Amino acid sequence: MNRVKLTAVLAAVAFAAGACTSSDAAQSGRTGGQLIVLAAASLTESFGRLEKQFEAAHPGVDVKISFGGSSALVQQIVNGAPADVFASADQKNMDKLTQAGLNDGPPRVFAVNELEIAVAPGNPKKIASFADLAKDGTTVVVCAEQVPCGSATKKVEDATGTRLKPVSEEQDVKSVLNKVTSGEADAGLVYVTDVNSARGKVDGVAFPEAGKALNDYPIVAVKDAPQAALAREFVDFVLGDQGKAALTGAGFRLP
Amino acid sequence: MTKHGARRTGLPFVLWIPGVVALALVVLPVVGLIVRSDLGNLPNLITSPGAVHALDLSLRTAVVATVLCLVLGGPLAVLLARSTMPGLRVVRALVLLPLVLPPVVGGLALLYLFGRAGFGGKLLYEAFGLRLSFSTTAVVLAQTFVAMPFLVVGLEGALRTAGERYEAVAATLGAGPWTVFRRVTVPLVLPAIGSGLVLCFARAMGEFGATITFAGSLEGVTRTLPLEVYTLAETDVDSAVAVSLLLVVVSIVVIVVARPRAVEGRL
Repeated sequence: MNRVKLTAVLAAVAFAAGACTSSDAAQSGRTGGQLIVLAAASLTESFGRLEKQFEAAHPGVDVKISFGGSSALVQQIVNGAPADVFASADQKNMDKLTQAGLNDGPPRVFAVNELEIAVAPGNPKKIASFADLAKDGTTVVVCAEQVPCGSATKKVEDATGTRLKPVSEEQDVKSVLNKVTSGEADAGLVYVTDVNSARGKVDGVAFPEAGKALNDYPIVAVKDAPQAALAREFVDFVLGDQGKAALTGAGFRLP
Repeated sequence: MTKHGARRTGLPFVLWIPGVVALALVVLPVVGLIVRSDLGNLPNLITSPGAVHALDLSLRTAVVATVLCLVLGGPLAVLLARSTMPGLRVVRALVLLPLVLPPVVGGLALLYLFGRAGFGGKLLYEAFGLRLSFSTTAVVLAQTFVAMPFLVVGLEGALRTAGERYEAVAATLGAGPWTVFRRVTVPLVLPAIGSGLVLCFARAMGEFGATITFAGSLEGVTRTLPLEVYTLAETDVDSAVAVSLLLVVVSIVVIVVARPRAVEGRL
């Protein structure tokens, strides 16, 4: 009876191991022209446009973009998620990728973003400056310090000496924007590009101190990417004329 | 295998293979977490202010949510099991909704009801000057929403299994409805209430999706243990793993100390 049990356990382990290898095979057996791009949430609009343009210029190629917080994305890549290109919203998270040796060549900065205050249309709370955000009775939402928009917010706080009392620290910039568009918060600190993307649903209030916390956006092809050649082409495309047009159109500055 | 092995019908051999795989699927990820953890530094990591605040907040909110589950869900279970009102089957199905709904959807639903722009939220603000969004109350509400079905479903099942015989006898002996409820119905299903509460507490402790959507994330106010893990995982994986282990320990304590009878199949 015991031997039977042992055989069963061994069979189970073998089965489990078999299941693993077959799923690996399924993962690498992607269709010929699929390019996987992991990009910061703030790139949603500009990269969405570039995706269509790149696909139009490369028939048969299907670009899949997964948008999210840069730190979450880089962690996915380090932990083995399939990815061909990584576009980060700051240098810090790109450094994590290069430290893990997962970059194909040096990362290149393709855009610069700065913070802006998003408020309800018509600015009912009359917020005119960064200091206004610290006033009592103003519900402010920011990014958590762990993500790029949050560390930029922290830099501005340090530079101005104004301490914010946010009601929530969100995990990515789009969640902050949502809290403002849904009317839950009076103001949110997001990027200029996010205000542009939600025109009509929010108004933007620019403030000079934002210049103290500019975010560089680096991009790189991932090492040993399944689509290495295509990945390099996509990076060049983002840095090229069409990329520049899409990025400035969304409100980014060029490096 | 056992003393009675000879008389028992043997278990089909093929059950062992999927059974062991299933067990491995449950146990191995936790082992992976332990292997990945920085055990030497663990005490420091789980006593960081962020983790302590999160644990404190999680315990407080989960306890309040569990009490709410009992106070609101208990009576609902009794009504579902005993009332002969028409349309009860529909209500019974509706109660299950939070159990099958992805929590993030529940969070959105709560947000659009109780948020500043939602009609429930507007009503509360105009009537009482109350703002729920981004508050600890919102956390409790989200936890109660997802946890309540565990109590209602378990308790209702126990009530139906127990039947109405004792209650009928008590009534013929002259006991009024309230006395019957207090002296017969409740003692009869006390074990089911206990196990239901344990499950509610565990579910409330683990709540994530509805909380982050409805309540946001702020240390000491709305950032419970699961949200703390999520935030830490962005930058500081060692701390995230340590806090995760803390949640695993809390879960194991819940299972061991108050072994839910529902789970053991002797309701």
